[in-house]
Amino acid sequence: MVETKVKKEQTPRAKMPEQAPEVRKRNFMEVPLGLTPEMAQAEASRCLQCKSPACVEGCPVSVNIPGFINKIAQGDFEGAAITIWERNALPAVCGRVCPQEIQCEGRCILGKKGSSVAIGYLERFVADYAREKGTVELPKIAPKTGKRVAVIGSGPSGLTVAGDLIVKGHDITIFEAFHQPGGVLVYGIPEFRLPKAIVGSEVSTLAKMGVNIETNSVVGATVTIDELFQEGYDAVYVGVGAGLPRFMNLPGENLIGVFSANEYLTRTNLMKAYRFPEYDTPVARGKNVVVLGAGNVAMDAARTAMRLGAESVKVVYRRSRAEMPARAEELHHAEQEGIEFVLLTNPVQFFGDDKGRLCGMECLKMELGEPDASGRRRPVAIAGSEYRIECDLVVVSVGAQPNPLLTNATPAISLNRWGNIVAHPVTGKTTKKGVWAGGDIVTGMATVILAMGAGREAANSIHDYLTIGW
Amino acid sequence: MFKIINREEMAQGTIVLNEIEAPRIARKAKPGQFVILQANETGERIPLTMADVDPEKGTITIIYMIVGKSTTLFGKMKVGDEYFAVIGPLGKATHIEKKGKVVCVGGGTGIAVLHPITRGLKEAGNEVITILGSRNKDLLILEEKMAKVSDTLYICTDDGSRGHHGFVTDILKDVLAKEDIRLVVAIGPVPMMKFVSKITKEKGVETLVSLNPIMVDGTGMCGGCRVSVGGKTKFACVDGPEFDGHEVDYDELSKRLQAYQADEKLSLEQCRQSL
Repeated sequence: MVETKVKKEQTPRAKMPEQAPEVRKRNFMEVPLGLTPEMAQAEASRCLQCKSPACVEGCPVSVNIPGFINKIAQGDFEGAAITIWERNALPAVCGRVCPQEIQCEGRCILGKKGSSVAIGYLERFVADYAREKGTVELPKIAPKTGKRVAVIGSGPSGLTVAGDLIVKGHDITIFEAFHQPGGVLVYGIPEFRLPKAIVGSEVSTLAKMGVNIETNSVVGATVTIDELFQEGYDAVYVGVGAGLPRFMNLPGENLIGVFSANEYLTRTNLMKAYRFPEYDTPVARGKNVVVLGAGNVAMDAARTAMRLGAESVKVVYRRSRAEMPARAEELHHAEQEGIEFVLLTNPVQFFGDDKGRLCGMECLKMELGEPDASGRRRPVAIAGSEYRIECDLVVVSVGAQPNPLLTNATPAISLNRWGNIVAHPVTGKTTKKGVWAGGDIVTGMATVILAMGAGREAANSIHDYLTIGW
Repeated sequence: MFKIINREEMAQGTIVLNEIEAPRIARKAKPGQFVILQANETGERIPLTMADVDPEKGTITIIYMIVGKSTTLFGKMKVGDEYFAVIGPLGKATHIEKKGKVVCVGGGTGIAVLHPITRGLKEAGNEVITILGSRNKDLLILEEKMAKVSDTLYICTDDGSRGHHGFVTDILKDVLAKEDIRLVVAIGPVPMMKFVSKITKEKGVETLVSLNPIMVDGTGMCGGCRVSVGGKTKFACVDGPEFDGHEVDYDELSKRLQAYQADEKLSLEQCRQSL
């Protein structure tokens, strides 16, 4: 017994095969290539199969992690897929975009002394295996209850609610504002990080299970929540995300060439502008690109700019490296691809030519001062340190706010002072009877998996409501 | 979904009308609101303010000039064909109330957008003076419909082939000098709205304009449609599309409309070659 334990700790963590940085920085194909079955089995056999697994506690949707890993180790990949699906309807997505290092893998006992089990890689492996094989059985659907639930928004939380409630026998219709379902998974996260075919496949699994999807439906404009109740829906889940870009209110921000990350990424991802003119929607292709902000979205924008042919891409951030909010893996990938981090630097204004096109920006150098309310040392401008960066494209990626389109049309739903929906922290119930909310519209910008976790809790609460009462 | 049930050509085929099945949108749409349309899966999302709606029939009507690839694709579609996507109704509806004497100024396809607003103003009990402009008599649209909802109708053409030989602003100046006008609504090309607003600002007459900047989602998500109004940045899709004409930065709007000029040209050339 002792022998095996030592062996497990000594087996090195699987290394994900990746496209070489010099190649991938000019294409939109996925960066990590996925583990082989042999690699997956070897990695799975590193798992200690803890009796009270900390990794599961670290997972917002409580996937039975040792359970599915054990099945991989035994070579039962289909069984592993079914084990994950019991708790997570979108494993191919989560295996790619979850911040495992602060969730499951961050709690892994092996990580205390060496490196944790590569849970994310394994989840992705299983999901990809099942999808490519195409023979894994769909979860069983409970007898129909006759209750109807409207899910507004087809992002990660809405898809989770739909997946959870359809198996419980309720009729589900998802209303999506865009022409294609997936929310941030299709408009925001780039192809090279999350291939759209994978999102499409996860959505079509839900459709096969009986979920009805109405695209081109802007709830709040095309139809209101009250009208949905009049149409016979028994409950409504609001998972519309944080869809209002924040700008910095700097002089010159409306020059041609200054974009929100939302616009830049939506054009490129949802509208497939990287394939212009095969697809009709264009996107600005900058030579010298600056991305403002240092979160995951900023890294997505910077790496997209590089793939669209930029000569230089700079990430300009007012704090230091340690405060950059993006995942370590994203920062690492960006640096490998030649993205330059210009830290402790803050934009002041943008300059344009006589045609109103961006040609440069002025920045100020910063230094770190006293800690602020968030506990991070506050950046303070260094007087007289202004300097100019030449650029023809700026992507503003400093966060997003709740979009008021739906909430303005639904006054009975209470909002907090930032415009986020006030929802019960566990159940997701809003102040309007029969309406739940979760994901970024409640929490502000967060992660895919947290939105899914909120969707899971809300789905349980909606099921209780439909079978027991409010 | 989104089937074309009626199609008309106007202005010698340069302008096309489509009546489209969209029951949910038709039930909710009000004058001044817009939809976003996509011809097919690879198409671009194009915002167009609705020219008419029929809630009973469940249809909306759009009128567009064929200028680029997307409107070329729209124009090729026949009765029975379906749009891939129609989203709406988006934006704020026009605030219509009884003001007294009002002037409605329309240019080009802006006249199509102006029509339901003019009808609304007339139905609200206003005395409506309408001034329409076009390059020549053949490009003028909806003259009869506009005449029906106006107390007085003036026509202007750039080449003098019909009505006043000159700009809508010439007539507007005369009307403002003679009458006590409480509101001007101007919808058309950006320079027209700019010069109308310049004149009415000098006279202190309230002026509404409807803007049509480049958009992607039309729901406030991308910020591509931002316009400067009174020195503040507004999103035309959710804060507009109508704004106080005296406060709009038209020069910035004109420039921003040129953002993709080179791409649009390439796209249209390829489209023409393939047809």
